[in-house]
Amino acid sequence: MISHLPRYLFNFIFFTLIQVLVLNNIQLSGYVNPYLYIIFIITLPFETPGWLLLLLGFSSGMVIDIFSNTPGMHASATVFMSFLRPYVLRIFAPRDDYQPGTIPTMGYYGAAWFLRYAILLIFAHHLFLFFVEVFSITHFFSTFLRIITSTFFTLVLILIAQLFSKGKKQGR
Amino acid sequence: MRNFIRFIIKYHFAILFFIIEVVALLLVINYNAYQRSSFLSSSNSMSGGLFKRYSAGAEYLMLREINDDLARENAYLRSRLPESFRASRDYFNLVYDSLSQQEYLYRTARVINNSTDRRFNYITLNKGRAHGIEPEMGVISDKGAVGIVKNVSENYSTVISIINTRLKISAKLKDSGFFGSLEWAGDSYQHVYLHDIPRHANVSVGDLVVTSGYSSIFPDGIYLGYVENVDLEKGASFYSIKVKLSVDFKKLAFVEVIGHSIRNEQLTLEKETEDD
Repeated sequence: MISHLPRYLFNFIFFTLIQVLVLNNIQLSGYVNPYLYIIFIITLPFETPGWLLLLLGFSSGMVIDIFSNTPGMHASATVFMSFLRPYVLRIFAPRDDYQPGTIPTMGYYGAAWFLRYAILLIFAHHLFLFFVEVFSITHFFSTFLRIITSTFFTLVLILIAQLFSKGKKQGR
Repeated sequence: MRNFIRFIIKYHFAILFFIIEVVALLLVINYNAYQRSSFLSSSNSMSGGLFKRYSAGAEYLMLREINDDLARENAYLRSRLPESFRASRDYFNLVYDSLSQQEYLYRTARVINNSTDRRFNYITLNKGRAHGIEPEMGVISDKGAVGIVKNVSENYSTVISIINTRLKISAKLKDSGFFGSLEWAGDSYQHVYLHDIPRHANVSVGDLVVTSGYSSIFPDGIYLGYVENVDLEKGASFYSIKVKLSVDFKKLAFVEVIGHSIRNEQLTLEKETEDD
């Protein structure tokens, strides 16, 4: 657990910077806002205790909030996602359970498993975020379209990021 | 008691989730109160400093366009110098009366953070209280009105931009003088809607839309955009007018903040009249 610390500290800072400086400035036709920073929560180790998961979710969301002038929006969505994570992991657990010492990434459990796991969490996060953002259901369908398209683009970015970290592992 | 502790230990995950989520949602709901404290917004010095460094880099890539804009504005200002007018004995001279004050003061500032893709878009400027910026001042660029200052810290300030669904601006049609309120619908960053123009007004595509000057935040006649589409539903008493904004919010780099030196006098007077 402690040995993971530097790696996750780096992840936290790196993905927050990417999100704030690059992705927050990207806008495709008003419907797509990719949120890559949640990859930090998605790839936390299996043994992460629940309380730590929630606190990390809150703080990573809050940092993004501070930079984009939206106190609470990202924080609440990320906390919601962190809350769902143990249950989603339980649903998709392989027959002989997760191996100790592994982390939930494509490198350890394969693309098919990671895809199912990530899509569900990203969708939950975006669903919460976009509906908190509009704070009403009057724009239900346009909001829903934004959720679907953004989920897709966030997923693509997360997969690309995963490919990079996977390559590093094989090189070792 | 022991049962209670056992209950908390057993469900600590759900209970903690509930507490943190309530805190986060309270932040969202008390949004404006927290904005005012300005600690959690991008005018605080940590994120402000980072954005400043970032915008210095991004600006470098836009130098060409900015230079063009500045050159154009220089030319315009030069054309307003006394030297560029022909003196004629036939006209009355303007008398500068020491009793009259200058009404509007302009301060330039640089945009160091900007967004166009959210429903609530804000702009961060590199000047704050130390440079004389105060909340509720108007912000314009050389192409037209940009927004209104919301929060001010010592060295930075945040601006609600026109493309923010929380902002309404008093605007009028330049030719006919009918006024209404300008509001963003939250979709395209280049378009806003002008409401409350009565159906007996004459509106046609291409009409200029300017600020009305009633709010005393902007001077009268600051350019906002032009009418792109006019819609009048059957039985409706007001037009639905789509306005193309003159400012391209994607390219904002330098702005001017407008201070109104005798605004308080106007506000006090208006308030007194309302109270009577």
